[in-house]
Amino acid sequence: MGLLSKKDAALIKDPLADNNPITIQVLGICSALAITAELEASIVMSISVLFVLGVGNVVISLMRNIIPSKIRIIVQLIVVATLVIIVDLVLKAFAYELSKTLSVFVGLIITNCIIMGRFEAFALGNGPWRSFLDGIGNALGYAVILIIVGFFRELLGSGTLLGIPVLGDPIEKTGLYAFGYENNGFMLLSPMALIVVGIIIWVQRTRNKDLVED
Amino acid sequence: MGLKSNLHNFREKNKDKKWLPAFSAIHTFLFLPNETTHNGTHIKAADDLKRTMNTVILAMIPCLLFGMYNAGYQHHLAFGEIQQATGGFFSSEFWTLDNFMVGFWKVIPLVIVSYGVGLAIEIFFAMKNKHEVEEGYLVTGMLVPLIVPIDTPLWMLAVAVAFGVVIGKEVFGGTGMNILNPALTIRAFLFFAYPTWMSGDKVWVQGAVERDQMIAAGENLDAVSGETILGSLAQGKDFVYDVWDMFYGLIPGSVGETSVLLILLAGLFLIFTKIGSWRIMLSSVIGALVMGLIFNGVVSSGWISESSKFYSLMNTEFWHHLLIGGFAFGTVFMATDPVTASQTNKGKWIYGFLVGFISIMIRVFNPAYPEGVMLAILLMNVFAPTIDHYVVQGNVKKRMKRLKVKTA
Repeated sequence: MGLLSKKDAALIKDPLADNNPITIQVLGICSALAITAELEASIVMSISVLFVLGVGNVVISLMRNIIPSKIRIIVQLIVVATLVIIVDLVLKAFAYELSKTLSVFVGLIITNCIIMGRFEAFALGNGPWRSFLDGIGNALGYAVILIIVGFFRELLGSGTLLGIPVLGDPIEKTGLYAFGYENNGFMLLSPMALIVVGIIIWVQRTRNKDLVED
Repeated sequence: MGLKSNLHNFREKNKDKKWLPAFSAIHTFLFLPNETTHNGTHIKAADDLKRTMNTVILAMIPCLLFGMYNAGYQHHLAFGEIQQATGGFFSSEFWTLDNFMVGFWKVIPLVIVSYGVGLAIEIFFAMKNKHEVEEGYLVTGMLVPLIVPIDTPLWMLAVAVAFGVVIGKEVFGGTGMNILNPALTIRAFLFFAYPTWMSGDKVWVQGAVERDQMIAAGENLDAVSGETILGSLAQGKDFVYDVWDMFYGLIPGSVGETSVLLILLAGLFLIFTKIGSWRIMLSSVIGALVMGLIFNGVVSSGWISESSKFYSLMNTEFWHHLLIGGFAFGTVFMATDPVTASQTNKGKWIYGFLVGFISIMIRVFNPAYPEGVMLAILLMNVFAPTIDHYVVQGNVKKRMKRLKVKTA
């Protein structure tokens, strides 16, 4: 990467795998459980978090020297809340149906631990450019897991991807359904998201033994 | 040199081979291993893990055979091919070869799929982690076909078994380390993943679903159905079976769970051989009766109106709850699972009581899950270690007090 120095590139690359916010730091699990029943919702949620975290990290980083440390959490909350309201209004204006599917979970981005975690751990101590990269990197790490989980849950739970049937028609009994295949209703329930995330964690730590805690 | 020692030598020779655990699994399944301990103190006990498992399987065989007869009986009855057996359990009209064969050809594939998939996964993990294949799946593999509806599609069973064994057991470290009963994990998976195949009035009668599909395809046939007693009650409908039908098990239900008589005998056998815990069995029966009595009390005190959707289930005589659904089977075979139940004696009383209590509560209050026993046992599996912890701590405290009194 010519554009970024090695150190900067690591800010983006690390959270994608070996320091993933969901599977390694185990943050932001709630939204991973709640909205991953459909791939489309997962993608929109990922983009929302990407925007909030990227911009938020820069804003906090710019203000880091003037925020009194005693009230920093409140300041951070105001920044997130502002950004989340922007996202919410944009979704309501341009993708109303989707914003109904996501319902309160857009609002709950405010409480997403990843965002507050990055503000606290990174943006308060680093310059805007590096904070921006860190925010983008962590949001992408979050997005990767969300999209993997959403992909499997929608495929196995509803037999569709992005709302398009890929396994045939369950009512007309075409495609796979002609052989007696049925959608797995358990995939649509939140516990299954937890199990899918668990399996990702399992696979990841089997491949890279350094990640295994004692 | 007999076959047994030949096989043993063969095993010694190939000690380092990758596939050895797979071989030993089949080897020790068929023969007692030839190994002896070479040093230290020896204690000879007749009941190793395998003996324990075999005893439980032995206890399940009558339920399995009865399940085959009953599956055929329910099938023929629903299709109008035979009349209701007037003598019930003891009449020769029930124990016909015709009934048996219908059930046999449906149940045996379930058994084969359950064992095949389960053991394949066990062997895979044993080879991967280089340990001996444990016998843990022997009981689970037999329980699974007994607790599913007769018409469960085989591929669904295979998926569920794979899920149950991997997520319910292997991720925790295999046999003896699991938190949840694997057989119930498998059933719960089936229940939540494919609800249309696990409840309703079609799945309990062999061939009813197929008949529906034929009707949908335009053939001129009568639909058949057979609702379980709990299913009827949950919808506020009446059922046609009397108490003796429930006790002997001539009712629709999962393959092996219907005959309370045979389950009771199996329970006594397990208690007699000291494999199953009588504390858990007894206390869960007490728990169920207490909850049933509370509901009966609510009805007779007039707190609940007849139009309430809980009315007909609450109004069920409290001791009928022991005879219907999977309560008896769950209590005898699953709640007593030594791995997932409480280990302390006092803990077993609490655990068993709550299993019975919560079973009936779920049964009555949540008609969407007509079988509360499965969920109650899984829930209490999770709490069993907590119960044990407090029982042990309580004991420690009591003894500490005694110690202080003495020294003071």
